[in-house]
Amino acid sequence: MDMDLRNLQGYASFAMSIFLVVMLYWYIIHLYRSEKKGERDYEKYGKIALDDEVTSTPVEDKPASEREYKEENK
Amino acid sequence: MQSNAALEYDYSLSKKFTFLTILFGFLGMLVGTIIAAQMAFPELNYLLGEYGTFSRLRPIHTNTVVFGFTVSGIFATWYYIGQRVLKVSMAESKFLMFIGNLMFWLYFVGALLATISLLFGVSSSKEYAQYEWPFDLVVVVVWVLWGVSVMGLIGIRREKALYISVWYYLACFLGIAMLYLFNNMAIPTYFATEGLGNILHSVSMYSGTNDALVQWWYGHNAVAFGFTVPIVGMIYYFLPKESGQAIYSYKLSLLSFWGLMFVYLWAGSHHLLWSTVPDWMQTMGSAFSVVLILPSWGSAINMLLTMKGEWNQLTDNPLIKFMVLASTFYMLSTIEGPIQAIRSVNAIAHFTDWIPGHVHDGVLGWVVFMIMAAIFHMAPRMFRREIYSKKLMEAQFWLQTIAVVLYFTSMWIAGITQGMMWRAVDEYGNLMYSFIDTVTVLHPYYAIRALSGVMYLVGFLMFAYNIYKTMTSGRQLSEEPQFRTPMA
Repeated sequence: MDMDLRNLQGYASFAMSIFLVVMLYWYIIHLYRSEKKGERDYEKYGKIALDDEVTSTPVEDKPASEREYKEENK
Repeated sequence: MQSNAALEYDYSLSKKFTFLTILFGFLGMLVGTIIAAQMAFPELNYLLGEYGTFSRLRPIHTNTVVFGFTVSGIFATWYYIGQRVLKVSMAESKFLMFIGNLMFWLYFVGALLATISLLFGVSSSKEYAQYEWPFDLVVVVVWVLWGVSVMGLIGIRREKALYISVWYYLACFLGIAMLYLFNNMAIPTYFATEGLGNILHSVSMYSGTNDALVQWWYGHNAVAFGFTVPIVGMIYYFLPKESGQAIYSYKLSLLSFWGLMFVYLWAGSHHLLWSTVPDWMQTMGSAFSVVLILPSWGSAINMLLTMKGEWNQLTDNPLIKFMVLASTFYMLSTIEGPIQAIRSVNAIAHFTDWIPGHVHDGVLGWVVFMIMAAIFHMAPRMFRREIYSKKLMEAQFWLQTIAVVLYFTSMWIAGITQGMMWRAVDEYGNLMYSFIDTVTVLHPYYAIRALSGVMYLVGFLMFAYNIYKTMTSGRQLSEEPQFRTPMA
């Protein structure tokens, strides 16, 4: 019984590894494809570190509704 | 609040944690240097009675550099980077300032008491998790307060996109929370023995092989989520900011992040190769350790490529030197680790001095260099003063670089010699050497390591002095520098 459980754990670990590998490769494809299609521009986020004054314009603004909520609660 | 006054970042918490980083860094490295000298000259064990022995001091060294120095560095940089990349000031929320200050004092007092408790031998005897349960509870409260700070600041941010560094800090928060809780599950012996035991002394809830597995899942991932993840978060901000160059590939940074998250948690069992844990688990630990090269090098190469076309900065800005060297040492230790995790190599490397050699090229070359670079970058912004001395910084860089090289080369030679001698057999299959034979042979290498410790510690004092002079007598700056850190 003990042996069976250990074997099962081993197979589960193997299956998990394969799953994770597939997920990671899918993620690379996803990153490049969404950029190619023009849905996202990931490289623009690199600018967040360079232009980081509190008065700088955000690279991606928070939706107006959320900001208003914050201003009200100041 | 004052909506008319010009909004500025509030660095008060960053400053406080910077002081703690320097304090705990000095203490931890001082004790480290003492115990390195004790390995070479055992008489040094008897200077302070029971309080000066290697066994008392070693946990103080490890816990102070991990939970004192590194964690303070993580907090100091979070309260700096967090505000800047989220484009929101801590001054905008009284609640978050209160939580931050509460966390600071609880952490400071807790860490001091925990260190003293180790000096008095109050220890759970689990490596890197020696704090007894009352201190574990303080750690949990501090960590939750930090979590509130992180999530709170994210909640009121102006910048919608979370910069890659923020992802790393979040992973650090979640990873350490999970690891620390599970590994430190313990019962005071008083309750386990119907009143015979001690209320302060506890035993692990796990036993035997399970305890070892949980312990090394924790131990190795404390390296992952304490020494790797937040430090990568730091370099992803400070190197681009200091050099004025955006990250070479943001996509690669995302992929490396998820790669690291998926792979690291499975590699811990490489600490238990050739032990009683199931065979498949040992193989899994080895395999995942080798795969770990990819996300680690992904980040490191991304950092080096960020300097593409700007390598001239390496010669005239010592801060860039610190960070490029840190990144290079990260590459070195993340190729060395997987090599040690290969079963046949591990047969020689395990339990030898090669292991502390590996740990220290990672921590001295990567973690400490990066945290010092971060503080050098933040200081002129936090104190509105120029760095006191560029020359001192250069001298410190070279002194400490030579110290790291001496440390790991002596330990490589010592470790491999030790491993080979332990395994050497004569023509009849009898062991050729007794343990003391190895000790005699290793003595010069232990002496070199102690010397390298002294050099590194002196370098750290030069750093502390430079920061102190920057705060007190550096030339005042009229405005915050944008990229390159000004230095005299």
